Amino acid sequence: MQLRLKQLTIGKVFSNMLVVLLALFFIFPFYWIVSGAFKVQNVAVAIPPEWFPKEPTLQNFIDLFKNPIWRWTFNSFFVAAAEMAGVCLVASMAGYVLAKKSFPGRKLIFTLFVAAMALPKQVILVPLFTMIADFGWINSYKSLILPAIAWPFGIFLIKQFAQTLPGELLEAAKIDGCSELRLYYSIVLPLLKPALGALAIFTFINGWNDYFSQLIMIRSTPMMTLPLGVATLKGEYTTPYGVLMAGAAFASIPMISIFLLFQKSFTQGITMGAVKG
Amino acid sequence: MLVTLLKSRRLVWREWLVSYLFLLPALSFFLLFVAYPMLKGIYISFFDFTLNKFAFVGLDNYAALFQDKYFKKSMMNTLLIVLIAVPLVIAFSLFVANTIYRKSELVRSFFRGVFYLPAVSSVVSITVVWASIYDPNFGILNYLTSFFGAEPIAWLGQPDTALYAIIAVLITTSVGQPIILYVASLGNIPASYIEAAQIDRASSGQIFRKIIWPMLMPTNLYIIVITTINTFQTFAIVQLLTAGGPLYSTSTVMYGVYEKAFMLGSFGIASAMGMILAVVIGVISIIQFKYLGSDVEY
Repeated sequence: MQLRLKQLTIGKVFSNMLVVLLALFFIFPFYWIVSGAFKVQNVAVAIPPEWFPKEPTLQNFIDLFKNPIWRWTFNSFFVAAAEMAGVCLVASMAGYVLAKKSFPGRKLIFTLFVAAMALPKQVILVPLFTMIADFGWINSYKSLILPAIAWPFGIFLIKQFAQTLPGELLEAAKIDGCSELRLYYSIVLPLLKPALGALAIFTFINGWNDYFSQLIMIRSTPMMTLPLGVATLKGEYTTPYGVLMAGAAFASIPMISIFLLFQKSFTQGITMGAVKG
Repeated sequence: MLVTLLKSRRLVWREWLVSYLFLLPALSFFLLFVAYPMLKGIYISFFDFTLNKFAFVGLDNYAALFQDKYFKKSMMNTLLIVLIAVPLVIAFSLFVANTIYRKSELVRSFFRGVFYLPAVSSVVSITVVWASIYDPNFGILNYLTSFFGAEPIAWLGQPDTALYAIIAVLITTSVGQPIILYVASLGNIPASYIEAAQIDRASSGQIFRKIIWPMLMPTNLYIIVITTINTFQTFAIVQLLTAGGPLYSTSTVMYGVYEKAFMLGSFGIASAMGMILAVVIGVISIIQFKYLGSDVEY
């Protein structure tokens, strides 16, 4: 018993240490981005590497801002925010009636949405692209926003959450002569708030980071999203590492901050769809 | 009596109408931007479809792909990535989750956050820093291995290391969500089950195999299926780090689709590649459901 207890603690100490080490390994690239952003080119490529920039420079950021960084940032924010608003509106309406109303075809429609969630999303990008091209929408915001709203994950999430809402409350409101639109707007939406918050953050981050769609739909420099723009900084012959790192930091900081600020509701959102209980 | 019946009938109709109206936006978006492209993808995979040509060729695109050694290479690479990355992602996240889930809320959210960082950051940022870490001349990885007497390696520049270098980056971007899910469902296992087993002097290995693992099954199934589907579609890391090279050693099916459609303008054959990938993913998901889902009730 004594021996087993000892083994148990040694095992625990070992796994705790390993997790801390792995965490350091995960943090290091981010440290490297930030420290690299403040190094001049010949320091950035020095061997042995400078673990901490001894003479930090802002030159990389000055060079970075010679590109239309603010326009790219606006594009990214605009697209992600529009997707967020669209998904929340469309998914809350659909998820609510799928959970709370009975009508013919309800099960079929829900099954259709769930089945589509298992579709490999990127596989439809080629036909989607040809369709968007037929519409003449290439290189526009809507080429990114509208397809993103169509993805049914949000409907599934809201429906799962809406099922737990008390039905009596909705019935009572209806008996009081509340119109359906009013019911949705002033009773259902507030009740869905926790799920909508999670869905909003989830959609925003995914929209910001949907690199593949952005790569194929966007053609001109002013229309580029921030990640897309940063990817073009690589240079033809030499790689300006300092500027790239500054760009990488700039492109990631908004998402990392949003994630850290809303971690709780984000975590709930991920969990809601997948874990029972 | 009749009046109330009529009235309630009218109410039912109204209820249906309202439901369909609420579903209308979701359904129209879905049909236009998901269902229609899916069907169109199948349709154009039977055509020789380039920028200035649209001719029916039957199954020729598929036949050509089965002869194409680059496509076969991309498919093998993709399968290898899935076979290596998926088990490692599962083992890694289960290990981390199992170590942190009984810690305080603060510790838990710290580690969950750290392991999620690569997943929320833009893939562009991730690949920028990894390109510098892997650099053959001044990369920090070669600097570290030089202490052990190793010769510098062009990690992304050699066919025998490039794919593994890609897989390592892919794993760091894939563990965030599984860790969050495992922490949540480990927390749902009643502590009394584990305590009872400990009193009966079950070893921690036995506790894991007999109690924790079976209770994790629904979460496992979800994580394995989702991770497999995502890993099959590996694209951005490849496009940004190696562009499929050197010598097609890191080309994936999705990268091949991108190359065919958006660099060479052959949409028909690119669609056929996508369809083959979708079928492979579908078959493997079904096998996973059959094999792992037998004791999961939904």
